[in-house]
Amino acid sequence: MQYMLIMRETPAAAAQRNDPAQAPAYWGAWMAYVQAVHQSGTFVSGAGLELAGATLRLRDGKRQVQDGPFADAKEQLGGFFVMELQTLDAALEWAARSPAAAWGSVEVRPVMPPPPQG
Amino acid sequence: MHAEDAARGAAERVARGAYGRLVAYLAYRWGDVAAAEDALADALVRALTAWPAAGVPDSPEAWLMTAAKNRLLEAARHARVRADPAVAVLFEEEAMPEAPDFPDDRLQLLFVCAHPSIDAALHTPLMLQTVLGFDAARIGEAFLVAPASMGQRLSRAKAKLREARIPFEVPGRDELAPRIDAVCAAIYAAYGRAWEDPSGRDAGSGELAGEAIYLARLLVHLAPGEPEPRGLLALMLHCEARRDARRSDEGEYVPLSAQDTARWSAPMLDEAEAQLSEAAIAHRPGRFQLEAAIQSAHAQRRLTGETPWPAIALLYRALAAVAPSIGAQVAHAAAEAECRGPDAGLALLDAVAPERVADYQPYWAVRAHLAAQAGRADAADAYRRAAGLAEDPAIRRFLQRRLDAICTE
Repeated sequence: MQYMLIMRETPAAAAQRNDPAQAPAYWGAWMAYVQAVHQSGTFVSGAGLELAGATLRLRDGKRQVQDGPFADAKEQLGGFFVMELQTLDAALEWAARSPAAAWGSVEVRPVMPPPPQG
Repeated sequence: MHAEDAARGAAERVARGAYGRLVAYLAYRWGDVAAAEDALADALVRALTAWPAAGVPDSPEAWLMTAAKNRLLEAARHARVRADPAVAVLFEEEAMPEAPDFPDDRLQLLFVCAHPSIDAALHTPLMLQTVLGFDAARIGEAFLVAPASMGQRLSRAKAKLREARIPFEVPGRDELAPRIDAVCAAIYAAYGRAWEDPSGRDAGSGELAGEAIYLARLLVHLAPGEPEPRGLLALMLHCEARRDARRSDEGEYVPLSAQDTARWSAPMLDEAEAQLSEAAIAHRPGRFQLEAAIQSAHAQRRLTGETPWPAIALLYRALAAVAPSIGAQVAHAAAEAECRGPDAGLALLDAVAPERVADYQPYWAVRAHLAAQAGRADAADAYRRAAGLAEDPAIRRFLQRRLDAICTE
């Protein structure tokens, strides 16, 4: 079974990325977590995400483009992992180990099986 | 408003002190834990409506028991198929005992919760719910399980207890020791969850630790001749005595070897020692007595300033023989390293199968510590892995600092 762990961070936590005083501890924590995930043999895919970007909507046939993610979001998407795990319990264990658990939240969602082929 | 507060306060006090006794008493006679819990929950709701107007009864326990019994009988009348009529009659005929003299059936309830036919992973959650009245969400938080899944698992376990007619009884002499072990293990699992709790001194985890100690005291009280519950109580008191010393004033992690022994709780350590001595009288050592003895040896530093590592290594060897576990193996390696140098400890760690430690944080923390002492290049990798597996941010920061230190050396 595959689970996606969706890492969200508060703006204050995410700001550590570019603060010279806090960046080493921030990235150190993430590097340690990424290494532990890889070495556990459960890693399927994943990536960290830059904070800048844009959001697009089509409304009444009209394009709406906005800078960044939702402007009023309390937490922003910082990255995700897809892991091969036996149970939701195991996925929650990995979620608890993630630095984002203390800095924001980790949402755990089972990945749908691929649609039948042919 | 004042009467309502008083009623609520009284109901909460009774629920806190007598919940398990009431559930045990009703479930024992009714043969259905889930029905007993529902009836008691209903009685507590009724109390909140009745008591503010009529005043808190002289014996709130007896009031709740009567209300819960009536509720069970009502349910039985509505669903004759489900309830055994013979049970209902017995129930009705039985004279209402005056609280607090009604028999204490909590020992039987503990045995039922830790029955071998119930999945061992559910022993502790069942106990927390039936004896202490925790709801599924709180249990889920302690065990890192989604509340809905925990609720379903508990309901299924209770249905199984009912359908398999698992008897409410204290097992016979031959069966007693393994069944007591299962009860002890379930109580210790609750404590372990509280111990691991990230914040360490967080109100919720302190509460769960307190509940586990309460259950161990209860077990000692209910089975005073058994040594292992005393060992368990001593073990948890030793760990609990060090709770405040585990964090610096700034909230940073302090390893056992660096803890200020003045911050250990002397009354708890004294009580732990007394329980362990009492347990030893039975001359039946076991897993929990050995683990308590190891903690007791660590506590000697308070008096002598030294940790008796050779004794600790010896105790871990004995523990591995009685109750082999990955945790004991790792702790044994750490103790041997203190006696005979880091290579001796690393050799023991090398003997552990890698798949067993893929996500076992203490293994990597000890490995990193010993590899760094031995000046080995793989220490950094082990520190990073240990930090990555740590749930507690304070422990993660501690390991990160160690990693930074060896990288700049």
